[in-house]
Amino acid sequence: MLPHYWPTPVTGDPLIYGADVSIALVSIAILFVLFYYKKWGWLWREWLTTVDHKKIGILYVIAALLMLFRGGVDGLLMRTQLAQPNMHFLESEHYNQVFSTHGTIMILFVAMPFMFALFNIVIPLQIGARDVAFPYLNAISFWMFFFGALLLNISFVIGGSPDAGWVSYAPLTEKQFDPGPGENFYLMALQLSGIGSMATGINFLVTILRMRAPGMTLMRMPLLTWAVLAASIIIIYAFPALTIALALLLIDRVAGAHFFTMGHGGNPMMYTNLFWIWGHPEVYIVLLPVFGVFSEVFPAFSGKRVFGYSSMVASLMAISIVSFLLWAHHFFTMGAGPGVNTYFGIASMAIGIPTGVKVFNWMFTMYRGRIRMTMPMRWAVGFIPNFVIGGATGVMLAAAPGDYQYHNSFFLIAHFHQVLIGGTIYGSLAGMYFWWPKMFGFTLDEKRGRIAFWLWNVGFYVTFFPQYLLGLMGMTRRIYTYPPGMGWTNLNLLSTIGAFLMGLGFIYIVWDILYSTMHRSELKDVTGDPWNARSLEWSLPSPPPHYNFAVVPTVTRRDEWWELKKSGRADVLRPTAQDIEAIHMPNNSGKPIIFSVFFFIVGLGFVFEWYAVIVIGLAGVLATMLLRSVEEDTGHHIPAEEVRHEEMALGRM
Amino acid sequence: MSSHMMEGGHGDGFTPHGRSFPWLHVVGYLLSLVLTIIAFLAVLNHWLSGRTLISIIMLLAVMQIGIQLFFFMHFTEGHGPRYHIMALGFALFFTIIFVGGSVWIMSFGGSQAY
Amino acid sequence: MAVSNKDLSGVLARGQSAGHSHDENELRVAGFWIFLSTDMILFACLFATYLVLRGNTDAGPTPQQIFDVRGFTEETFILLTSSFTCGLATHAMHEGRRGGLITWLSITALLGLSFVGLEVSEFVHDVGVGATMQRSAFLSAFFTLVGTHGLHVSIGILWMISIMYQILKRGINATTARKLTIVGLYWHFLDVVWVFLFTVVYLMGVM
Repeated sequence: MLPHYWPTPVTGDPLIYGADVSIALVSIAILFVLFYYKKWGWLWREWLTTVDHKKIGILYVIAALLMLFRGGVDGLLMRTQLAQPNMHFLESEHYNQVFSTHGTIMILFVAMPFMFALFNIVIPLQIGARDVAFPYLNAISFWMFFFGALLLNISFVIGGSPDAGWVSYAPLTEKQFDPGPGENFYLMALQLSGIGSMATGINFLVTILRMRAPGMTLMRMPLLTWAVLAASIIIIYAFPALTIALALLLIDRVAGAHFFTMGHGGNPMMYTNLFWIWGHPEVYIVLLPVFGVFSEVFPAFSGKRVFGYSSMVASLMAISIVSFLLWAHHFFTMGAGPGVNTYFGIASMAIGIPTGVKVFNWMFTMYRGRIRMTMPMRWAVGFIPNFVIGGATGVMLAAAPGDYQYHNSFFLIAHFHQVLIGGTIYGSLAGMYFWWPKMFGFTLDEKRGRIAFWLWNVGFYVTFFPQYLLGLMGMTRRIYTYPPGMGWTNLNLLSTIGAFLMGLGFIYIVWDILYSTMHRSELKDVTGDPWNARSLEWSLPSPPPHYNFAVVPTVTRRDEWWELKKSGRADVLRPTAQDIEAIHMPNNSGKPIIFSVFFFIVGLGFVFEWYAVIVIGLAGVLATMLLRSVEEDTGHHIPAEEVRHEEMALGRM
Repeated sequence: MSSHMMEGGHGDGFTPHGRSFPWLHVVGYLLSLVLTIIAFLAVLNHWLSGRTLISIIMLLAVMQIGIQLFFFMHFTEGHGPRYHIMALGFALFFTIIFVGGSVWIMSFGGSQAY
Repeated sequence: MAVSNKDLSGVLARGQSAGHSHDENELRVAGFWIFLSTDMILFACLFATYLVLRGNTDAGPTPQQIFDVRGFTEETFILLTSSFTCGLATHAMHEGRRGGLITWLSITALLGLSFVGLEVSEFVHDVGVGATMQRSAFLSAFFTLVGTHGLHVSIGILWMISIMYQILKRGINATTARKLTIVGLYWHFLDVVWVFLFTVVYLMGVM
């Protein structure tokens, strides 16, 4: 008989009691607001059932910021524990849980939703489309991500958090060594959100390939669109490997199979292998879109077209393919033959070349440009030194013999934070500041943003530079404490101070958002083009009407909007009364969220190994799919007259 | 969908072709049977051995992909740009990389000749 | 709906690619091809796992001992035939013959059902002789790889039933034609996967 669990609340730790109380208070407050102001209907109609890519994008931004808070608190807990030797702030078991959820949340539930927010908010607007190719599927993607994130986040109050690192390596994660539902939470949470990610990849690949405005040939696409295309390709071919790695480990755990066990012929390294077949490309899934962001931000604030457009495209595509060919550099120390390590070492160094091309192109874009130091530009410029250092240390790690020295040390920790914060987070924030007015109709305040940037940027270097040194001095990752006299104490303290500076920076970002929301009438964007930027989304009012384009524009060259403005013909893109025709739009639907709730139930069933619950959940999933399949009326037309009215109200006609 | 759109039998943009004998499908089916039987007999009667045999039956399996794609899935038909051919090409490429790469990497422990 | 697709014909005539008009069906077929690519990678990873683990029998049952030549041969020919009949159903659809379509699709689903039945009896037999997925890494990989394919086939059968119901109810129109096209692609794809299972798992297992 296989054991199963009851979802016992996690007890015995004041931190968790504190979290319990605050979760309860926040939930009560939200429910109170919804009931008191009778906002249920509004919430359901406008947000929970929406299939509008702009709103889904906003939901992703909110989720990403919330999760950044949670993951950031985890990071601060770890840094506090490590600030001094022999600290007793966290117990070893709790420390294991904190670093596991920190990594998992930051990659899967911060970086990914930030990317998907960019995909959703910008891509259809940038290519002149009215929505994505599959709006209904897009809503499913969001809700699967949401309930995946929820599943992981409830683990620390019910049942126990995963505690085997964000990679969840076997055989440590086999039931023999890690009983309890913690790892099941990890496996199911990632599985759920992974389904959503895969659907997003398919959706945006088809959107970009098939839904561009007339005249927008591939080589006229903005570079962010190219970057998202490249990232979608990676998602499509990489995520199935994660699905399999997680599924097989789950089968080991709940059905007693022997894929990755120590005995009965299992091979634990096969898990590592499958995980990194996905894991390495995943790094580029969260980097390529921000490369796209920088390729929009640098030209816009340098007043020049991007330097080396074709080489940018070529390097994006090269990265997207080569990213699949170097996964084994994550486990050089496994002891594969010299042939394997030599090949993967060389391939890993080779991917630095297209990345280097891009860095030079961004710098040449700024060269002799008329630079405006706005908030997006500040994050973009801050990114360059960051990424150059991250890239250089990456090449050091790619040297297989050297890696035996750096492997699992703080040197590695510093390296990947350098590229993931310095690349992904800086880029996401640059993108957030850049497209914020397009989303909400007002810009974010510059002064508070500047303070946030400097706190964050200084904090970043103070946190991670000491970690390179600590790594070279032999401090390994995932240790919860260390004795005095190792020479690590001062550097650790410095790193902790830096982490709190970054935390303060985050608070300032949130304060900037709140402050700007309160002063939105002063910060209002009336033109729709607050930055004097280049691509099609800036030809629309901020925020755009829900059908985006009253008349789909025709594109004749790169940077169409910029060129039109330069020749004084920007009005060409304004609709005229006779051009406006009825617009077909997809209907809102409650099924995506219901479908995902059923999947969440399946997830809970697997976590606690309640087979009846799994069956109920799966039946719900199937029923929702069937109901959707027989649904006949999935779209509606907005009459031309209504579009005319709306455009007139926006002052466009 | 309003009822008047369903008028005239097929409505909604669907126009049937004329009657014809499904030659493509029949030929595809026969070819797939023949290839399967060859693979089957080659293995059971030990016509060849070891690596040669594996290569031959793998080649036969790859030919079966072609048959399904061209005779049944009408891979090359369709309007608009043929991105699906590229997508499937990539999938095939990465399949080879992942399967071959995994076997190569996981053969550590001394038995591999690099 | 107040406005029919006809009102949009002007928009389409000008070659606009945006919007959700009649090319929606074509988009979905395009999307489904991409989905098939992801499914192919899914199977690639299972095949990779099988190939890495297939020698690790832990002194338990080996492929030669448990694979039944007659059983997997029957399964193979049934699935190949069902791929053919599924193609005939699509052919009947293109000719607008609803009766032929339903007949061939029912035959396909029945063949699929007998395939699943044979596979289940094969699994039951294996378990009966002690070859369970808990016995060794080879058996874990074998049951998971073959079982995942079987699960795909089972889902395909349910899907076909749902589509037959819709075609009986609404006739052949652009929407139901698209749905049949997609389930057809799925079915042929599963046939391809099976050819590789047949080759890599079964034939190479009894060699």
